Amino acid sequence: MILLGGVLFGSGLVVSGMTDPSKVIGFLDFFGQWDPALAFVMGGAVITFGLGLIFLRRFQGKSSSINLPDLSSSPIEKRLVLGSILFGIGWGLSGFCPGPALANLAALRAEALVFVPLMLIGMFFAQRVFGLDR
Amino acid sequence: MNYLEPLLGGILIGLGSLLAMAASGKVSGISGITARILRGHRGDTAWRILFLVGLISGAGLVFLTKIGWQEYAIPGGRNLVVIAVAGFLVGLGTRVGGGCTSGHGVCGIGSGARDGLVYTLVFMSAGAATVLIWNMVNGRTAL
Repeated sequence: MILLGGVLFGSGLVVSGMTDPSKVIGFLDFFGQWDPALAFVMGGAVITFGLGLIFLRRFQGKSSSINLPDLSSSPIEKRLVLGSILFGIGWGLSGFCPGPALANLAALRAEALVFVPLMLIGMFFAQRVFGLDR
Repeated sequence: MNYLEPLLGGILIGLGSLLAMAASGKVSGISGITARILRGHRGDTAWRILFLVGLISGAGLVFLTKIGWQEYAIPGGRNLVVIAVAGFLVGLGTRVGGGCTSGHGVCGIGSGARDGLVYTLVFMSAGAATVLIWNMVNGRTAL
C-alpha cells in the first residue's frame, strides 16, 4: 500500500508538470507572465486529500484497522515562518521543492543530482545545528 | 492552456498522500519523510524508504511512457551553483519550517488546518518574491 502510494504520488508529480522547474517558476511569476496551470495541481491534490480524509475518518469510526495521524492545526510559530521563507527562496531560485526534486532523480537530470544531495545536507544541518525533531 | 494534466496529476498526488497516510498512520509530507530517513528512526524507516522508492519509480515510469520524454531547461540563467544553493535552502527551510508543499500544502490545507494554509502562503509568497527579484536583477520581465 505504501509502495502504491509512492507510485501514485511520483506519477502524479510528472503527469501534473510539477517536475518541470520552468512551469513551477512560471507559476510563481505572479508579477510577470503568470502561468496558473499548477494551481490546478494543488487544487486537485487538496480536494482529493480532503474528500478522502472525510471518507477515511468515517471508515475509521467503524473499523480500528486505520489509525490516522493528528492533523489538527498548531499555533503559528515564528521559527516555522522563518523556515518557510527560506524554503520559498530556494523554491523560487530553482523551481524545485522536495518531491519533484526526488522524482527527477529517476530521470538522472543533472539539476536533481546536484539539488538532492544539497537538500539532504540542508536537512542534516537543520537537525544538527538547530536540533530539530519535527 | 491545458489544465487537465495538472488536475489529473494533482488527484494522483492527493491519492498517493492519502494511501501513504492511511497505511503508515503518519503525515505523508515529502520533506518530513526524507528527513526522518536521514535521521534513521529505528523500526520506523522502512515504510518511508518504500514510499520514496515508489515515488521515484512512479516518476520514472511516467517519464518513460509519458506523452514522451519532456526535455526541460532551467529557465532564466540559473546554473548549477544556483541550484546547489537552492537545494541547501530547501533542505534547511523545510526542516526549520516543519514541512513543504506536500506536508503543509496538500495534507495541511487538505485537512483544513490553519497552520498549513499560513505556511503555504508564506513559502509561496517568498517563492514569488524570489522569482520577481531574480527577473528584475537579470533584466527579465518574463521568463
